[in-house]
Amino acid sequence: MEEIANLFQGFAVALQPFNIAVMVLGIVLGVIIGVLPGLGGANGVAILLPLTFSMPPTSAIIMLSCIYWGALFGGAITSILFNIPGEPWSVATTFDGYPMAQQGKAAEALTAAFTSSFVGALFAVVMITLVAPLVAGFALRFGPAEKFAVYFLAFCSFVGLSKEPPFKTIAAMMIGFALAAVGLDSITGQLRLTFGSTELLNGFDFLIAVIGLFGLGEIFLTMEEGLRFQGGKAKIDLRVVLRTWMSLPQYWMTSLRSCVIGCWMGVTPAGATPASFMSYGIAKRVSKNGNNFGKGEIEGVIAPETAAHAAGTAALLPMLSLGVPGSPTAAVLLGGLLIWGLQPGPMLFVEQKEFVWGLIASMYLGNLVGLIIVLTCVPVFAAILRVPFSIIAPLILVLCAIGAYSVHNSTFDVVMMLVFGIIGYALKKCNYPLAPLVLAIVLGDKAEEAFRQSLLGSQGSLGIFFSNTLVSSIMILGLIALFWSVIQNGFTRLRTRTAAA
Amino acid sequence: MTTQHTRAAGPSHKSVEAGVTTVIGLFGAIVVYGSIKAGINWGAEGPKAGFFPFYIGLFIIISSLINLWNTLREDNGSLFAEWGQLRQVFSVVIPTGIYVGVLPFIGLYVSSLIFIAWFMRWLGKYNWPIVAAISLGMPVVTYLIFERWFLVPLPKGPLEDLLGL
Repeated sequence: MEEIANLFQGFAVALQPFNIAVMVLGIVLGVIIGVLPGLGGANGVAILLPLTFSMPPTSAIIMLSCIYWGALFGGAITSILFNIPGEPWSVATTFDGYPMAQQGKAAEALTAAFTSSFVGALFAVVMITLVAPLVAGFALRFGPAEKFAVYFLAFCSFVGLSKEPPFKTIAAMMIGFALAAVGLDSITGQLRLTFGSTELLNGFDFLIAVIGLFGLGEIFLTMEEGLRFQGGKAKIDLRVVLRTWMSLPQYWMTSLRSCVIGCWMGVTPAGATPASFMSYGIAKRVSKNGNNFGKGEIEGVIAPETAAHAAGTAALLPMLSLGVPGSPTAAVLLGGLLIWGLQPGPMLFVEQKEFVWGLIASMYLGNLVGLIIVLTCVPVFAAILRVPFSIIAPLILVLCAIGAYSVHNSTFDVVMMLVFGIIGYALKKCNYPLAPLVLAIVLGDKAEEAFRQSLLGSQGSLGIFFSNTLVSSIMILGLIALFWSVIQNGFTRLRTRTAAA
Repeated sequence: MTTQHTRAAGPSHKSVEAGVTTVIGLFGAIVVYGSIKAGINWGAEGPKAGFFPFYIGLFIIISSLINLWNTLREDNGSLFAEWGQLRQVFSVVIPTGIYVGVLPFIGLYVSSLIFIAWFMRWLGKYNWPIVAAISLGMPVVTYLIFERWFLVPLPKGPLEDLLGL
């Protein structure tokens, strides 16, 4: 039970007064980010990352991960109260949350959403506590071929599981890989794809891409809808909270199922958004109140919120143990680790025990603190939405510029941010997914390095990726994920044929 | 293009998407070209620098061709956006471009002040006192948080030099 001892050590780190303070600050900032349109978890964390450069890494990661939890909580507030999903993963919450609010049951819906978020996160954190050290220990044996196979699996799951057309996902992902390749080649030390430009020597920083694609792109999209935007009032009193809590245990089956869906979708980099939709869809099909879904059924709030939060939290498992982030926000956190001089991946569990377990302990505490803060401060956060978009938008744009500048103290990066913003707007409108693009920029160099090192070992033969059971089973999993929708279609066709016969 | 249409008009989704897909394909071609220049075969220490990006570029071109074919094949006549909506978007994109362009010369604080004031006054139609309060307040708060508390330097221009900050 070495893990338990490590975890308690982690709690001792997370409970230091300074760390508690950054935790609360992070949650509050995160909820604000989640509530505001155009400021999502990924670019919120990216913008605030420079603020943490002067902190010790453990406090920094606690603050940034708490911003992430806060953003996950915050998305639910606007979905339920105003039918405006603050985050993509809250879209499914609007289906039943908003009708509940219209029926005057906003407080019940919010309580259910926050509590389910907490349950989902808790489930995922327990899973991380138990599984992450095992995965990390296992991954210590990985050579370059196995490393590449893990990246291969991660990117194949994107293609197979995303809603977007597979070739658009592939195109977006490959753009990311190409951008990652620009600049100095880490193996030969040769310059490539710079075309004589000195600005491109260092390549593209994915933080700039995140701020541009998700921050500016989102604002441009919101501008299409015009500037009208209105907030409202909301209040939760303790009696409603207690009454709702009393009613929640009867939905334990929905919760448990959503937790499992969330964890699964979070670990494979499909992310919180598909997890919330899938969980909502399954709950609707299975529940005996299924027909009431969409008309204000509390179960329709529990299912997507639990899954979204479980997925968002579970996304940190592969990030910590393998160095493969499960979501764009986890990718930004990974970028933070690199900036603080920590190498994510299995060695982190051996060399930086205090850091890892401090972070894991802070996940337990951060979500508890988050639950308390959102339950008590809903009126304040709801009021933020009453600030008109024509004030919010320029402030967010300026914040994005500051964030982009301070990554490398370069004004060229601010220009790049705008370029990425326009690209993000165009790609989003044309139904290209942005998450694989960002993840490919983050992982591009590492994936390439692993690929080339494996080929070096095998004298250029691709057979190295199927040379032993470990690597070939990961590769086969990847191929299954890649062709998942094709396989699924085949099964459905087969079943209908046998049903017809 | 006639402007008398009572129905909302705008560029069709199909043409814009075809354009975007073509640009992506061209980007792939540039990547392939750059990779060939860097060398795509095996050198003394294994694959050369252009080896990996070359195949990435090929993937981009192939998937763009498939995407382009899919785009041209199906046409549901939907709009990319209405002209009015695009005007709204450009009313933000263009000033942001100017903001980003002048930022290195007059510093972040002054340019942010002008940008926020412009946005609130012209797009939000606020009266001057509110505009002044927020556009002056934001740089001051930014200065305190970033430069003073978190020690992150931000770009400065002639005005800050004058004030000796």
